[in-house]
Amino acid sequence: MRPVRIVLRSALPFLVALPLLFALQGVISPGWAIVLISAGINVILAVSLNVVNGFTGQFSIGHAGFAAVGAYTAAKITTAMHGLQIVGLSAGVSDQVVFLLALLAGMVTAALAGVLVGMPSLRLRGDYLAIVTLGFNEIIRVIIENTPFLGQATGISGLPRLTTVVWVGMGAVATISMARRLVGSTHGRALLAIREDEVAAEAMGVDTTGYKVRAFVIASAFAGLAGGLLVHLIQLCTPRSFTFVKSIEVVVMVVLGGMGSVTGSVVAALVLSFALEGLREVQQYRMVVYSLLLIVLMLTRPSGIFGTREIWDIVKLPGGRRKAAGAETSP
Amino acid sequence: MTEFLQHLVNGLSVGTIYALIALGYTMVYGVLKLINFAHGDVYMVGAFSGFYLANAMGVGGSPSLAKALVVFVGSMIICGILGVLIERFAYRPLRHRARLTSLITAIGVSFLLEYGFQLPSIPGLGIPFPPGPTPRFFPEPFTRVAWEPFGVYVSNYDVISFFTAVGLMLLLQYIVYRTRFGTSMRAVSFDSQVAGLMGINVNRVIAGTFALGSALAAAAALLFAGSRPKVDPLMGLTLGIKAFVAAVFGGIGNVPGAMVGGLALGLAEEYVSGYALSSYRDGIAFAFLIIVLLVRPAGLFGSFRPEKV
Amino acid sequence: MRLTRTLALMAAVVAVAACQDKKQEAPAPAAPQAAAPAAGGAPAGDKLVFGHVASMTGNEATFGDSTDKGIKLAVDEANKAGGVKGKQLTVKTLDDQGKPEEAAVAATRLVTQDGATVLLGEVASSRSLAMAPIADSNKVPMITPTSTNPRVTKDGDKTRPYVFRVCFIDPFQGTVMAKFARENLKINNVAVLRDVGNDYSVGLANFFAAKFKDLGGTIVADESYKAGDQDFKAQLTAIKNKKIQAIYVPGYYTDVALIARQARELGIKVPLMGGDGWDSVKLYEIAKGALDGSYFSNHYSSEDPSPVIQGFVKKYKETYGSVPDALAVLGYDAANVAIDAMKRAKDLTGPSIRDAIEQTKGYQAVSGVINLDQDHNAVKSAVVLAIKNNEAHFAATVNP
Repeated sequence: MRPVRIVLRSALPFLVALPLLFALQGVISPGWAIVLISAGINVILAVSLNVVNGFTGQFSIGHAGFAAVGAYTAAKITTAMHGLQIVGLSAGVSDQVVFLLALLAGMVTAALAGVLVGMPSLRLRGDYLAIVTLGFNEIIRVIIENTPFLGQATGISGLPRLTTVVWVGMGAVATISMARRLVGSTHGRALLAIREDEVAAEAMGVDTTGYKVRAFVIASAFAGLAGGLLVHLIQLCTPRSFTFVKSIEVVVMVVLGGMGSVTGSVVAALVLSFALEGLREVQQYRMVVYSLLLIVLMLTRPSGIFGTREIWDIVKLPGGRRKAAGAETSP
Repeated sequence: MTEFLQHLVNGLSVGTIYALIALGYTMVYGVLKLINFAHGDVYMVGAFSGFYLANAMGVGGSPSLAKALVVFVGSMIICGILGVLIERFAYRPLRHRARLTSLITAIGVSFLLEYGFQLPSIPGLGIPFPPGPTPRFFPEPFTRVAWEPFGVYVSNYDVISFFTAVGLMLLLQYIVYRTRFGTSMRAVSFDSQVAGLMGINVNRVIAGTFALGSALAAAAALLFAGSRPKVDPLMGLTLGIKAFVAAVFGGIGNVPGAMVGGLALGLAEEYVSGYALSSYRDGIAFAFLIIVLLVRPAGLFGSFRPEKV
Repeated sequence: MRLTRTLALMAAVVAVAACQDKKQEAPAPAAPQAAAPAAGGAPAGDKLVFGHVASMTGNEATFGDSTDKGIKLAVDEANKAGGVKGKQLTVKTLDDQGKPEEAAVAATRLVTQDGATVLLGEVASSRSLAMAPIADSNKVPMITPTSTNPRVTKDGDKTRPYVFRVCFIDPFQGTVMAKFARENLKINNVAVLRDVGNDYSVGLANFFAAKFKDLGGTIVADESYKAGDQDFKAQLTAIKNKKIQAIYVPGYYTDVALIARQARELGIKVPLMGGDGWDSVKLYEIAKGALDGSYFSNHYSSEDPSPVIQGFVKKYKETYGSVPDALAVLGYDAANVAIDAMKRAKDLTGPSIRDAIEQTKGYQAVSGVINLDQDHNAVKSAVVLAIKNNEAHFAATVNP
């Protein structure tokens, strides 16, 4: 493929999504918008965690910790830049540019945290790795609670409200296309090989540790993006938004959607977000119903909504889309 | 020195409780390779069973050792049954599926217990069930007697709790290593398929393991309630996580490991918050754990099984 | 198809839950549910909606539950008295599970979909901070019953136009106890034990410590715990040998009761001191005398013979069968301040109600006479309560 085509192909989803998102933003009511935005943030979290838990078969339950790193970085930048204007840009545009930079910076710091946590995964397996990620999540929280610079338990308030349907939509598109393109790439194949059989993968010459760390780093970066988007939605950045309970919620989305199924994560994130939102009316019964849903869903569809397949493997479009080659790696 | 000893007493009293709960995690993990996320909530149910039993028997009004014993054993039985039920309906149907599947049902069961207990009470039941979100008070089963040797405060509750916990652990050790059931349990843990072929009723062994682990959680809840007589629906959350950490620390799946892990975590927490910065307590506990895991990737007593290719 | 079966099951579960909820809600005493079947469908034409954001589930459900009961009682009374400007009031409570992001979503939904005229909530400052920008940008007045962090009504240096509170703020409450400790109790050395994950506790501890040092006292130890912990003996043992005369524990009653018991078990005999988070009958039930000789600052004293207070306590007991805690009282007050302002407002639009709330002066609430200052904080006196024989007794009034 020539470079131009590669660029075009990667840019295509964004070019298609952007006008659609702007149109959506124009017609949607604020009440629906905030529900949709929260759901979109969950989509980013679930799809990115799927890279570690689903593709690579590693078990991470500290995703909210990475989101916290990204969130605090972005929050610190936007509050520091608040009221400042980049020369040559109008106030509105300048804010958007700052926001983009803040989100990117959040992704970078979260990715660095991913390197830090990815390293122990060189040695640890399964539940031991899970504990390390959980521990990392808790350590992040403890550090925030003890750092006056980060506002301790109260957090950072008064953030500008920058997160919109368009921002979250673009973030989700970026995350999904990252995951889809990853799965089809050499890297993705290596990750799937590690999931299916780590020893065999190693024997076939896959640098298992290197790929595991890379998977961690990618997933963390996008978790950081989700964190940055979340705090600029609620205009408040506190450790309470990033407890291990949040991490568990994301794990639930990934497993429910089907490990390794990108569309599964998307659907599960949306279904669970909307279900919880719809259930808000029933007050105390809300979480009881939610837990029953989890149990019933897992009992009836034990490999998740889509298993390891994608939505187009199940629902055939009339156009007859070519089956994704990586779809049938495991039964 | 007094302070050091006091911390030792405190740490042991918490550590034994962690150990009892960690045993439940580790035994279930041993036979099923499943993190029973609902275990912390079984602990909570244990505390509430004790609460209801104690109130039904009027322990608060006229405390006696016999009543305390009935409450103790009664709660253990209730939780044992609960453990079996959870296994039967939430885990058994998924036993041959991917392990993460059962993990999600475990989380589901955990939420169900936590939030189910937070619901408003059913009217006309006679007892306040479900208890609702407001914390409840656990009556004292017998009068508190405190001693003060060398300036270290020790109460009869601490002593009873410590020795009961140690006794239960020895009993468990006996069951696991000296009885027929224990042998089948270890066989299932080693390879459940082959164990089944050897004529062991795998289902019954797994159910028994759940009953045993859950009963221990109930015992832990009641021993802990002696000095900390507050019961609420989310009480198992933090404690459950800590006990899980203790189990991993000792090497999950390993019975003595869970005991050592529990004690180590209890003491580590105690000395960290006593001598260092208490606001960093949870962070330091986890940092310590991570360092241990980096040195011994399968916990203190765990061992890597050679991987089959 | 398995998928269809799954979906059908899911639908069934939700349906069952919805039915259960209706059944449960019907006999609830103070729920004015005349329009229950049309929930959400009816426009806010003939009904005025109070949107209440509360943690009805999760760690702090007990606090959300209390506030909700207080608010519903106030609204019920107002409805019996003919409503506001001829209209009946309803309360729509949405759960936020104790999470700030959920509070933001709940507040937005209440304002934009349920047509809430006034927002009430949240108990904790971290959630109120997430709601405040939504109240401002939608021009819907919001009254928080108990969020005592100064930042809740502030956006940077500016006062948030639509956000009010009916409680005093942390700096005042911290000052009250510091002054009381120094001047009335003549205490020099204090240890602080705070809930490090709770903004309320951390804020109060900081303000107390600053004022206490200003007045010449010494903070000899500063320890932390986390809400949900069951064992506090490590911190207490560390504090014990520091020659303390009192321990300041600005936490929630759910933890304080256990802290008190364990302090006594370790032979710590000095008084404990705390804030309004202590106020609940459960405190004494669990502490069982361990808190005798301790003091805490509060919004009101239930011993106060004033008819407003006694009348409220009686009504609350009749309706819910329990003694109201501080959160129920402030929920009741917040709703009443809103109702009072709506009666005075020239019309029932957000800006008019906002103006009326801002002019609240000398309103006789259960928790004292409420005057709102230019920062939208309630300026009112605090009381210090002394615990004797496992009961709180009035000790002193401290004026702002």
